Amino acid sequence: MADETLDASGLNCPLPILKTKKALSKMDTGKILDVISTDAGSVKDIEAFCNQTGNKLISTVEDGGKYVFTIEKA
Amino acid sequence: MSDNKKMTIIATKGTFDWAFPPFIIASTGVAMDKEVTIFFTFYGLNLLLKDTSKLRVSPMGNPAMPMKLPMGPKWLQKIDFGPKIPNIFWSLPFTEHLATYLMKKTMKKNGVAKLDELRAMCQEFDVKFIACEMTVDLFGYSKDDFIDGVEFAGAATYFDECDGSNHNLYM
Repeated sequence: MADETLDASGLNCPLPILKTKKALSKMDTGKILDVISTDAGSVKDIEAFCNQTGNKLISTVEDGGKYVFTIEKA
Repeated sequence: MSDNKKMTIIATKGTFDWAFPPFIIASTGVAMDKEVTIFFTFYGLNLLLKDTSKLRVSPMGNPAMPMKLPMGPKWLQKIDFGPKIPNIFWSLPFTEHLATYLMKKTMKKNGVAKLDELRAMCQEFDVKFIACEMTVDLFGYSKDDFIDGVEFAGAATYFDECDGSNHNLYM
């Protein structure tokens, strides 16, 4: 179960990434953030973001054009 | 994770459409833990004005620009009017306003951030904004025309910012 949830539905690049960054910056290490996005580009982008920032992408779930990314704050 | 922690951008264009790439790349860069500086010069200074509502996109001499309607029936929205409208049309008064209006509407529909919102996010994330002093003087701007938090300096300062930077982009 996530500690925080960010709904970035309807937002396009780069807003899902920027909002994810903002949400994570308010959280403590080890906490879990769920990001909901409808932007197909965010699948690659969230992965790249986690890769570069050291946060851990635990899972990506797609459900009918809606994506849920579960991220553990580093 | 990478050790390349710095990025610089030279922003030279001041039309509404070209205002986006520097702010998108810069804000994403800081979100990904880079230290980002944008050096605004020549028409790029427009991007730092307090009032960005006068920025326009021009289809004039811009044959690459797709022109689709953001409203109306689906079949109509699919038509690209870009190649169908003779360029001379865009020399008529207010056509730039029309093109800008349609682009803003399309952006809103697609969930693209507003220009001022993106710029504010860059500032919130501590992107450094440097306005080229020479072009500020050249175009007769006053420092009050620009938003707060802008530094005024020259090309040498840009090079200083480039020191240790692995991403240096010209836009």
